[in-house]
Amino acid sequence: MLEKALSGSKKYWTWIFILLVFIGIGTVNYLRQFQTGLTITGLSRDVSWGLYIGQFTFLVGVAASGVMLVLPYYLHNFKQFAKITILGEFLAVSAVTMCMLFIFVDMGQPMRIMNVLLYPTPNSVMFWDAFVLSGYLALNIIVGWVVLGSEKNGIAPPKWVKPLIYLSIAWAPSIHTVTAFLYSGLPGRHFWLSAIMAARFLASAFAAGPALLIILALIIRKFTKFDPGKEAVQTLGKIVTYFMITNVFFFGLEFFTAFYSNIPGHMHPFQYLFAGIGEYNKLVPLMWTSVILAIASIALLIFPAVRRNESTLAIACAMVFISLWIDKGFGLIIGGFVPNMFETVTEYWPTMPEALITIGVWAVGLLVLTILYKIAITVREETAGVEIEH
Amino acid sequence: MPYSAKGETVMSMNRREFLKIAGVSTIAGLGGTAVFSHLGKNSLEAVQTSPNTDALTGKQWGMVIDMDKLKSEETIKKVTEACHRIHNVPDFGNPKDEVKWIWTETFEHSFPGQEHKYMSEDMMHKPFLLLCNHCTDPACVRVCPTKATFKRKDGIVMQDMHRCIGCRFCMAACPFGARSFNYRDPRGKDANGNPFIKEENKEYPTRMIGVVEKCTFCVERIEKGLKPACVEESNGALVFGDIDDPASEIRRILNSQYTIRRKPELGTGPNIYYIIGGNDYAVVPEIR
Repeated sequence: MLEKALSGSKKYWTWIFILLVFIGIGTVNYLRQFQTGLTITGLSRDVSWGLYIGQFTFLVGVAASGVMLVLPYYLHNFKQFAKITILGEFLAVSAVTMCMLFIFVDMGQPMRIMNVLLYPTPNSVMFWDAFVLSGYLALNIIVGWVVLGSEKNGIAPPKWVKPLIYLSIAWAPSIHTVTAFLYSGLPGRHFWLSAIMAARFLASAFAAGPALLIILALIIRKFTKFDPGKEAVQTLGKIVTYFMITNVFFFGLEFFTAFYSNIPGHMHPFQYLFAGIGEYNKLVPLMWTSVILAIASIALLIFPAVRRNESTLAIACAMVFISLWIDKGFGLIIGGFVPNMFETVTEYWPTMPEALITIGVWAVGLLVLTILYKIAITVREETAGVEIEH
Repeated sequence: MPYSAKGETVMSMNRREFLKIAGVSTIAGLGGTAVFSHLGKNSLEAVQTSPNTDALTGKQWGMVIDMDKLKSEETIKKVTEACHRIHNVPDFGNPKDEVKWIWTETFEHSFPGQEHKYMSEDMMHKPFLLLCNHCTDPACVRVCPTKATFKRKDGIVMQDMHRCIGCRFCMAACPFGARSFNYRDPRGKDANGNPFIKEENKEYPTRMIGVVEKCTFCVERIEKGLKPACVEESNGALVFGDIDDPASEIRRILNSQYTIRRKPELGTGPNIYYIIGGNDYAVVPEIR
């Protein structure tokens, strides 16, 4: 089926070319980082994780959210999702690919990455994260590819793929739970040491991922002959709404516990992120942007009329996505490190090379997504009108 | 089994010792005497090439830092500089990339939450020596995905520079900020051509770029029967010893003096103890 990615319109090739340019720029900057060290990033002794690990965390959520399409279709026989489960699975493949690349570019000694397998360490959450992420990647590649291949040939998918689909449904929450455990199990990082971390991760994932899927579905409808379906988009809109509200609620719980208990260590990261501590306030505008977008998006999404209009739905989804990207892809990580272990403040801001490497990895993800979606959509266009149960 | 708080402690100690011996015997039974001698008391630590009878031995090395005796800036400078010099700790010349094994912080930053606004300026800004706590249950060891950081049988928390993948999970986990990452190549030079390691000590390895490093309690000196360099340079302000040994000097001090540790509430079991003392009403150190 790969050959379907090799023929496309001029627009398709222009898009691919643009992505390749960004991948090229990212690669050049990464090689410089590889040579000079992570000193070229904004990371420091006090803030030792930043944009890379933030992107990783956020994208694990996007990957997990594929289950929001797969589950209703396979467990509840929700027919409207029949045509687009593949979009969720291939988005998961792209997102996990980016996750792995972000871990890779964050490593001080990337050539030693195999040490994680050579010296398996079950007491490290990172070991489990590597395990669940690669498992989830494999499941989604296999399931997506086999189901699509069967569809292309006009036959029902083989029976053995069903158990894998059920496994992938159970597997999806695990990748984001384990990712949350990376943070919530650390003593002394007040901002992360919270039992609700995994739940909040899942809520924000199931808002951000489907929001992205809605935008992707609308783009696909605009540029190709494949229509993901109006009903499917509407249902996704409801999913985004419920989970965005849940996420904001969970965040409110964190806020309450920190401030009503009045424990200084628990309040400090919130104070730094939303008000600044002394002259240190680099993240304040970003965090308030996130809050305002979150509230405004909910204010839009709760009205059925706004959701029914696909243009306003798309705008609300973009707001959800950006809000959660700031919250989880940036603020969450930095808040764990500021103030530091000595209750002093070292601020963090990504450098230009760091940003270009980050954009480069996103471009790789988008390239993977484009190729996979191109294949899926071409198959869909060719088999239009033929519906096969899977 | 009837339960009493006191009895339980004794019982569990005995049981643990028993299980240890039983376990070793079982393996010895399965694998022969070669296995037994390997697991026995004379087995080598990873850093050793041959057994050394002069080596200091202990089950959990620890330290008491007596702030009554640590009053001169000169001593503090001698202590930190000696450590960094003999261990080839690079000086990158900026706080962002800084590598440090032992350093000072004021009281309020060493023991955050313990300070109060009526505390004397003197106490608030007193420079406390900070270093790795060689915790009994270290969070850094728990999170490391490759066992590159591990706890030795003598309690020292070590870092394997050849295995570390530079993920910095340990830096996120350590509540004491004891770990440094080589953001640059420590063997390199700055823009003016000055090496980051001023004078290389050929007896101790330098590190490579992209790995995490920290205080080792001077394992290389302990193997030779010497105390850590910081202890040697401290004019008696730093006392090093086996916390597990009731007869040790360090235990006598802990038994007779009030000491505090950094963030004991986090359960990592830090093994660096501080005698605070040192205000105007305390005994003047020179007389003591």
